[in-house]
Amino acid sequence: MRLPVPASTGSAEALHAEWTKTRTVASTGWLLLAAIALTVAVGAAAAAGISCPSGVVCQVDPAKVSLTGIDLGQAVVAMVAVLAISNEYSTGMIRITLSAMPRRAVVLAAKAAVLSSVVLAAGTIAVLASVLAGRLILSGHGFTPAHGYELLSLSNGPVLRAAAGSVLYLGLVALLSLGVATAVRDSAVAIGIVLSLLYLFPIVANVVGNAHWHRHLEQIGPMTAGLAIQATTDLTSLPISPWAGLGVLAAWAAAALLAGGLVLRLRDA
Amino acid sequence: MTAGTVTPYRPGQQTGRDGFAQLLRAEWTKFRTVRGWVIGLVVAVLVMLGLGLFAAVGTSSSCQSTSGESGGPARSGQGCSTASAPPVGPGGEAVSDSFYFVRQPLSGNGSITVRVTSLTGLIPSRNGAGTGTQPGLVPWAKAGIIIKASTQPGSAYAAMMVTADHGVRMQDNFTGDTAGQPGAVTASDPRWLRLTRSGNTIAGYDSSDGTHWTQVGTVALAGLPPTVQAGLFATSPAYQAISESVGGGENGIIAPSQDTAVFDHVGLSGTWPAGTWTGDNIGAADASGIGGYHQAGDQFTVTGSGDIAPAVPGQGANDVTVAAFLVGTFAGLIAMIVVATMFITAEYRRGLIRVTLAASPRRGRVLAAKAVVIGAVAFVAGLVAAAAAVIFGTQLARGRVSVFAVSWLTEVRMVVGTAALVAVAAVLALALGTMLRRSAAAVTLAIVVIIVPYFLSLTSVLPIGVTDWILRLTPAAAFAIQQPVPQYAQVTALYSPGGPGGYFPLAPWAGFAVLCGWAAIAVALALVLLRRRDV
Repeated sequence: MRLPVPASTGSAEALHAEWTKTRTVASTGWLLLAAIALTVAVGAAAAAGISCPSGVVCQVDPAKVSLTGIDLGQAVVAMVAVLAISNEYSTGMIRITLSAMPRRAVVLAAKAAVLSSVVLAAGTIAVLASVLAGRLILSGHGFTPAHGYELLSLSNGPVLRAAAGSVLYLGLVALLSLGVATAVRDSAVAIGIVLSLLYLFPIVANVVGNAHWHRHLEQIGPMTAGLAIQATTDLTSLPISPWAGLGVLAAWAAAALLAGGLVLRLRDA
Repeated sequence: MTAGTVTPYRPGQQTGRDGFAQLLRAEWTKFRTVRGWVIGLVVAVLVMLGLGLFAAVGTSSSCQSTSGESGGPARSGQGCSTASAPPVGPGGEAVSDSFYFVRQPLSGNGSITVRVTSLTGLIPSRNGAGTGTQPGLVPWAKAGIIIKASTQPGSAYAAMMVTADHGVRMQDNFTGDTAGQPGAVTASDPRWLRLTRSGNTIAGYDSSDGTHWTQVGTVALAGLPPTVQAGLFATSPAYQAISESVGGGENGIIAPSQDTAVFDHVGLSGTWPAGTWTGDNIGAADASGIGGYHQAGDQFTVTGSGDIAPAVPGQGANDVTVAAFLVGTFAGLIAMIVVATMFITAEYRRGLIRVTLAASPRRGRVLAAKAVVIGAVAFVAGLVAAAAAVIFGTQLARGRVSVFAVSWLTEVRMVVGTAALVAVAAVLALALGTMLRRSAAAVTLAIVVIIVPYFLSLTSVLPIGVTDWILRLTPAAAFAIQQPVPQYAQVTALYSPGGPGGYFPLAPWAGFAVLCGWAAIAVALALVLLRRRDV
């Protein structure tokens, strides 16, 4: 038997509460597993589909190819993040949460902290497995030191940046999704908005023939800018430098969280 | 449940029955009374139109850009100032029509026969970036005889020709292409060609000895004037050394090439009032300055450069296709997917599904009614948005950039096809929503299977072989319906989905059928689950 603990609304309790909610919802774990599996599978498939026969000029960025799965895995991560808040709205749980924890900014901050740690952990597994798969597969497809390609290794500075940056990228996508979902509440609308933000920029940029506009679209798109972090070769052709690109995504995430936080504060639950 | 001989009483109005019309009406009422869904529909139309117009404006001011470093092959010698709309062929599509023409007018019916003994040419040398030349032929270098309505580029024609790598061909009105005798022409193995005009019908024949003739084909050229231009021609399409480098998109050079053909045994029958030959560069061949002919007795040597073929997007410096104005489809589709998914998941979330199924226990019909309503709504929304985007986008872009001409039939196919694509995608989303019963999961899945494969095919990370299979097997194959120009066997170009032509591995309606197949499977699964599961 436990002693009754006095009710408290501190940050630690908020974190603990959010962690318990995340931990005890079965779908979170399954979805994160799916995100990992999808990321690794697509990355491995991309690596398997590419080869560098001798005598051909290859302009392949091995790290970027191995991490292609992030393109798809991020959709599942976005879903996890959207559900973290919109599930509370659809079940009415949000009213209990906010009565227990009236400081709404703290609630959102706790959610963001728990969500990003969970996503970063899953992302680390996915990225490490992708890099390992890429290392094993690409070396068998002609990407050998004889061709001027070193084996993928995290001891290589740019590869480490690509790998660590991809993990951070997933975390930031989760925060962006959380912010959007807090603002619009409905899960379907939120996931629609998040996936539009991610995928529409590169698709629209592709048809815009004007080189300036094309570049600007790629610089402001959360995905096109954020994934610049995955580049390890030919950095001068990038629309935006790797860390600046991740900064653009961070700005999107911050703006979304700010908007979500404001709406959460001002609106009735 | 009446029995026997008594005529049952049938009320005039069958209230409370789940007739399909009533079901449709119920579902339509549900749809139109939820404000969020109507807003979502309006948003879908607006983003589809808005992004299309944005693409029209964004593409059309590309003249001010400093350099064309946005990928794609380097285009030599074509700046904004020289960009002009290509001529339009009899079918309404943009065409290349430039060649060297040694001609005479032909009045009424008649025929022309020649022997071709040689086809040689010059292509840019590989080491210099298009500066030097070396002997060689591009695969579709062509020379032969032609009957053409006028010397105006884009006018109707029929031609018999020898080609570098594709044997004898009969071609007409730019898109028509029929194979004749295979093999290359040499002095020891010459080719005889004949064209015969009879009214609007032109027949083409080939022969290897001048006595045994084979008819290659006949074509009807509508509106052929009584007096046409007929004679010898030579032309050679631009040399393209496009190497699809592994993983890095494409790069290479495009530079003019030329070919020279030697003709003899020129035989004319019918009325040829001029009596003498005139040599002309037709169309853009004027600009290249390549081209001429030399007559020595019976022998004609004709040199030309250019092409008589349908034009493909991306060869000009800054042309834009109607497909660019439909880029908003992707955004509109996401909005439509959200609405279509919520059309069923909202019932589960609010428990309305229990009322719906209690009122109408035949669950298959409920799902069918929902599919019909959401499909029809999406079709109308897609049709309005796509038609408006094409019409206004063309107007916005015209005058600033050459809008690549396609026939009106193609435009109609693209617009109606886009509407059908949005409709079937909405039905697919509805089925996914029925299966999963959760909005977020269904919306994510629908977007991941319809839009993300297309996105993956655009990224230069994956090799073309992989992206081709992605665009054959996934529902994203349906975007082939927006392909403005088919892949022509008789035109050498880089046919990739990300390029200006937006080429897909499947034909437009075949790609659309792939999406329909996926939607049918999803609806069938949804039906099974809806019947078996408790609500």
